[in-house]
Amino acid sequence: MEEVPQGCPGTGSAQAGRGASCQGCPNQRLCASGAGAAPDPAIEEIKEKMKTVKHKILVLSGKGGVGKSTFSAHLAHGLAEDENTQVHQSGSGWSPVFVEDNLGVMSVGFLLSSPDDAVIWRGPKKNGMIKQFLRDVDWGEVDYLIVDTPPGTSDEHLSAVQYLSAAHIDGAVIITTPQEVSLQDVRKEINFCHKVKLPVIGVVENMSVFICPQCKKESQIFPPTTGGAEVMCQDLKIPLLGKVPLDPHIGKSCDKGQSFLTDAPDSPATLAYRSIIKRIQEFCGHHPPKEEHLIGS
Amino acid sequence: MEAAAAEPGNLAGVRHIILVLSGKGGVGKSTISTELALALRHAGKKVGILDVDLCGPSIPRMLRAQGRAVHQCDSGWVPVFVDQEQSISLMSVGFLLESPDEAVVWRGPKKNALIKQFVSDVAWGQLDYLVVDTPPGTSDEHMATVEALRPYSPLGALVVTTPQVVSVGDVRRELTFCRKTGLQVVGVVENMSGFVCPHCAECTNVFSRGGGEELARLAGVPFLGSVPLDPELTRSLEEGRDFIRDFPNSPAFPALSSIAQKVLSQAPARLS
Repeated sequence: MEEVPQGCPGTGSAQAGRGASCQGCPNQRLCASGAGAAPDPAIEEIKEKMKTVKHKILVLSGKGGVGKSTFSAHLAHGLAEDENTQVHQSGSGWSPVFVEDNLGVMSVGFLLSSPDDAVIWRGPKKNGMIKQFLRDVDWGEVDYLIVDTPPGTSDEHLSAVQYLSAAHIDGAVIITTPQEVSLQDVRKEINFCHKVKLPVIGVVENMSVFICPQCKKESQIFPPTTGGAEVMCQDLKIPLLGKVPLDPHIGKSCDKGQSFLTDAPDSPATLAYRSIIKRIQEFCGHHPPKEEHLIGS
Repeated sequence: MEAAAAEPGNLAGVRHIILVLSGKGGVGKSTISTELALALRHAGKKVGILDVDLCGPSIPRMLRAQGRAVHQCDSGWVPVFVDQEQSISLMSVGFLLESPDEAVVWRGPKKNALIKQFVSDVAWGQLDYLVVDTPPGTSDEHMATVEALRPYSPLGALVVTTPQVVSVGDVRRELTFCRKTGLQVVGVVENMSGFVCPHCAECTNVFSRGGGEELARLAGVPFLGSVPLDPELTRSLEEGRDFIRDFPNSPAFPALSSIAQKVLSQAPARLS
């Protein structure tokens, strides 16, 4: 459904099919019949699929380029270092790609045939892909599922939350950098979490300070002109999970596809990561899922 | 692509339209858009900025225009002038929100509808350049913007990346988007290219090095320059200052001026 009238009230709204702007829309009859408002059967299917996944964490930010993917990857690496953390087999459905014995990944990147291929999709098609990723990937028995998201508050975020709505998301980790231009987007993201009733585990301030490899003195490349994440977290009464300094080796490790935590175990950034990961594990431990039973637990 | 006849309507008086794109988030699209607009203004041009990043509208703050009201006129919305001389005007969803923390949580169709309005219902008047700042990616906002602007023959796209592979990897896909939509690439800008420590003057490649130039070479498009990291630039944007006027000695200044020069020397005006 590419052509949508201006002022479309949304297929789930009470006005669906009935508003003035619905006149002439090819889907008017469908919406007016209430079919658009019926819950998507995939939500229940995903709930079943997710029963073998103990903890689900979304990594969000309003802002682009703050380090969501970097953080997601290293959170996953950090959690996988505990050999008791398991991701087993894959029997049916799509198999995740295993980068370590106990760390599997699914990404649209694997479905593209060339590094130049662009995914030029409108919202509905993106939503369909996300639904498939959640419903059709056979994760097997997993302790943690980490969902890395793009910047913003749009289709991908709504769909991820909607499709996981019956499956209990432990919470969201929000990434920011210190400057106001990031914080102003991140406040919107936190508002989004409140709107969709997604618990916020806490905020990570990335690219906090830069430590010169030559003279070891600190500089603030992204100055916290309005107090950084610390002040924002105080204002919004949300935990600040930690601050990660800018270490040029992080970018290099990511470019090589390696875990920075093992490449540079003594870096202040690694220590910060480990402390943050520990806090996330504690959060998940203290807030167990509400389902009566988990298969395999 | 055949030359479009001059279209009537709100973009009729706009001589050049340039889109600022990146596949990657957080590389400095809004920064480059703002600095380009300021540099063009200093070259005596009248500039408009259209901010189509609906989820993360950064431009109002970068030009100290947060909280300004948008007025209506016979031709539609009046863009907000960010300076007394009225040489830079701006339209952003940021002006339409009740509070700065309000999230625009819209799916594609609603975003597309607003972007179409921003293109056709804003009374830009006579402009030398319209700079269009976009969100990261290759999705609804980008398709809607390119489709809405197509009849007005955009000058092309400035594509921004940072040096590291993870950024270049996304920006390659953006270049594919440009190819597929027939958008000419004016050039690639590499941002956050090295940081000179203020204490000891050692230059560190915080986000790796060389990716932007390599990308431009592989894609066969011009490389417009590398902009180094300068906390003064970040601070200027946070405070809505005119960096081009206030920091001509900054290490970032030569690259930003050079980018503006290259844009100025591009195709002759669409309209006489």
